[in-house]
Amino acid sequence: MISQMLLRRHEKKTLIVALIIVLAAVLVPLSNLLLAETNPLHIPGYLVPLLGKYLCYALLALALDLVWGYCGILSLGHGAFFALGGYAMGMYLMRQIGNRGVYANPELPDFMVFLNWQELPWYWYGFNHFAFAALMVLVVPGLLAFVFGWFAFRSRVTGVYLSIITQAMTYALLLAFFRNEMGFGGNNGLTDFKDILGQNIQASGTRAALFAATAIALALALLLSSAIVRSKYGKVLVGVRDAESRTRFLGYRVENMKLFIFTISAMMAGVAGALYVPQVGIINPGEFAPGNSIEVVIWTAVGGRGTLIGPIIGAFLVNFGKSIFTAAFPEFWLFALGALFVATTLFLPKGIVGTVQQYFARRKEYKTAGETEKTYQEDKAAALTAATASPQAAE
Amino acid sequence: MQRIRKGRRVKANGTRRAMYRAIQTFLVALCLLVSCLATGLRAQEDIRPLVDALGVGNFPQKVEAVNALAASGNPKVAEILQNLSDGKLFAPKSGGPVFLEGEASGSYLDVLTGAAIGDAPGNLAKIRLNNSLRGAISAAMSQLTLLSPDRSARLAAANDLLKDANPENLDLLNSALAEEKDAEVKSTMEAVRAVILLKTDASFEDKKAAIDTIAARGNRDALTILTAAAATAPDELRPGIEESIRSINRSLALWDVAQNIWYGLSLGSVLLLAAIGLAITFGVMGVINMAHGEMVMLGAYTTYVVQQTVQAVAPGLVDYSLAFAVPMAFLFTGLVGVGIERGIIRWLYGRPLETLLATWGLSLILQQTIRTIFGPTNRQVDNPSWMSGTFEVGGLASTWNRLWIIVFAISVFIALLLLLKRSKFGLQMRAVTQNRRMASSMGIRTPWVDALTFGLGSGIAGMAGVALSQIDNVSPNLGQNYIIDSFMVVVFGGVGNLWGTLVGALTLGIANKFLEPYAGAVLGKIVILICIILFIQRRPRGLFALKGRAIE
Repeated sequence: MISQMLLRRHEKKTLIVALIIVLAAVLVPLSNLLLAETNPLHIPGYLVPLLGKYLCYALLALALDLVWGYCGILSLGHGAFFALGGYAMGMYLMRQIGNRGVYANPELPDFMVFLNWQELPWYWYGFNHFAFAALMVLVVPGLLAFVFGWFAFRSRVTGVYLSIITQAMTYALLLAFFRNEMGFGGNNGLTDFKDILGQNIQASGTRAALFAATAIALALALLLSSAIVRSKYGKVLVGVRDAESRTRFLGYRVENMKLFIFTISAMMAGVAGALYVPQVGIINPGEFAPGNSIEVVIWTAVGGRGTLIGPIIGAFLVNFGKSIFTAAFPEFWLFALGALFVATTLFLPKGIVGTVQQYFARRKEYKTAGETEKTYQEDKAAALTAATASPQAAE
Repeated sequence: MQRIRKGRRVKANGTRRAMYRAIQTFLVALCLLVSCLATGLRAQEDIRPLVDALGVGNFPQKVEAVNALAASGNPKVAEILQNLSDGKLFAPKSGGPVFLEGEASGSYLDVLTGAAIGDAPGNLAKIRLNNSLRGAISAAMSQLTLLSPDRSARLAAANDLLKDANPENLDLLNSALAEEKDAEVKSTMEAVRAVILLKTDASFEDKKAAIDTIAARGNRDALTILTAAAATAPDELRPGIEESIRSINRSLALWDVAQNIWYGLSLGSVLLLAAIGLAITFGVMGVINMAHGEMVMLGAYTTYVVQQTVQAVAPGLVDYSLAFAVPMAFLFTGLVGVGIERGIIRWLYGRPLETLLATWGLSLILQQTIRTIFGPTNRQVDNPSWMSGTFEVGGLASTWNRLWIIVFAISVFIALLLLLKRSKFGLQMRAVTQNRRMASSMGIRTPWVDALTFGLGSGIAGMAGVALSQIDNVSPNLGQNYIIDSFMVVVFGGVGNLWGTLVGALTLGIANKFLEPYAGAVLGKIVILICIILFIQRRPRGLFALKGRAIE
């Protein structure tokens, strides 16, 4: 079924982007491992996990775009699903440390020995198997999203209210994971990883493999998302976004549709988190911070929500900018980020990809219709006033 | 000291002879005057012969010397007696001047002045103590403080005795009780007397009365005393003691509940101040202002700047700088709010989710601006003297600033209620909240109402900042700590109705404080967040939702 989904006809652009990502999955590790350091095409070792991190962010932004861009659910809690996936992977990596920890306890991670825990809590069982951990990476965020969404969508919590309670959800998790009693390392989180699948996590080969895995995961997620949004279900989803009541009155079970996409999206976010942790080497409760989740929203908005390529581009651009900015002018990064939020919402509501698409679509339309440039301008002005006038018209 | 007692005795006699009351009043006044003068003189009276008497003679003579010293009423006496009981006083065996042992071995100090003595005689020996002398010293020490003219010193002495009551002090206590006028000190002394009675072999009735006296105090000290007494008490007394312990526990539990409610009210009023501006902007405009927390923070920094300015310009008025800070914070943050509405939010109407993002960006910018100007560390905003300190009502202890913040929150709430119900602007605001398009058709300038509403909401946030500066650290992150709680208040209470915000804030505040003892602060907060997420399943628009027929 999955292969059918992946092989179904996609848009050409999507396929091209997926192809580029797969190429990167092959070329970046090859260039890092095989080319000499003097070669201008060599990608230095420190850059590989950094690029891998961007890919994880792109996957997270894509997951958010599925619910926000295609279903109109602005989740301010996607960082929570990301972090939960990360914790699931972190728990596996912690168990792999074995007796190489500071306290050399074969059974308990260091922080548990430090806190005088006598035995492994039940929810840590099974995490010494990679397969189980990989399953949990999908199940835990998916289950949380399912339960949360089941409650929220069934009682028709929408719009700003939904955003606020998703934020409350990630905030509650932040507070919970800060507690040492939770058994997830409290403030310090999980770190000091040694091995993944028997390979040294610091080795350049492992890092290259992790990068390749992340890139392939992103490409698969892109194809999956494309299959979803181009299916009949995807079309109705856009209907839910634009006119929820009307879709409901037409006989669709809106809450089930929302629940499905919300759960899928949470699982994708979980995978992103799981790939993020081994490349960054740490997961701590800070990942649950509400600010992080909102930052994901701005990646998506900058790139262009409602497009599949947009969030990937947005995540890369904003995070690249962040890396440059925080190194050069650390005190100005928050100004820049804040200005980005304001400017994007005011001047670029469709994001980069959306705006470019709109421009080309319109040009093509007018060319084929043989209309004059003048009416094009008039039309554009009319569209602008329609978008900004009549406040609350959407309500 | 003795003259004061004599004066009081005259007064006691005087009450019996009513016909000479006028003359006696005059006499009393005269005696009091004399004793006051004497108190002043006594400080300079030389007590050295009395001190030196400590070093000569046998133990009964020394006891007399101690009593004589205590009777002198000199302020140095307590210190000297303390040194004596600590074994730091030395005297020649043959009798003579007494010296105080210095820090270094073999060095001696003057007992009264504490000055080093270079040529101390060589045959000094420690003044030895026996039990009767120790008893005399401790009685004298208690007496010195129990009879002290200073009310707080007497109270402290009585409270000390309560913890460590000694039957030897009974006579002294009785005499102090006979003269005590202050009700609180007197009741403490009576409790001490009861504790002492429990330790002696007084009659069953006396002991029973003593238990009642202690139980009547009803605080934790009484509980400790009774628990200790229950262990040693004879069997016939035990049921009475246990009954008293149970009743004290009951009343303590009640006071705990009252205390929790009080703390909850104080937290709730903080939340109310922080959330109410958010609620009205959300009600009128349908947008969530993520920068609301930063408005609170700006208000707190305004307080800081105003306080610094007042300190520099008119140091005498520092205690009242808050009176300037409240209107200044309201105006400043209100203007910033109007600026934000005109500059950003009005372009985003009809797109509430985008407004949320834009205001979040704004909050980052505001935070970083404040961090650049004032630095990332906390700024010190002093409490005015009338807001610092604590007070007690029954078993309920509280700081003054808690009370003032509750008062402030209530006044802001009432003022806002009046504004909304009685003014033209309030009427227009309510109209726009209920039906924007109809209000617009009726000639209300909705953009103008929007701008003023946003300004009003921000201004109230600024005033919340003034209040928060008194109980929390003034730092660039101040707003972040309250914003999610404020959202919860709005979600829980519903919008478009001030009472909803009031009920929401107080409920959350009190629920928080009640959960804290059982679940801890963090877990309590998590429980509340989960409860709210479940609650809005039932009422997706909050407790006090606006009713209407329009869909969405």
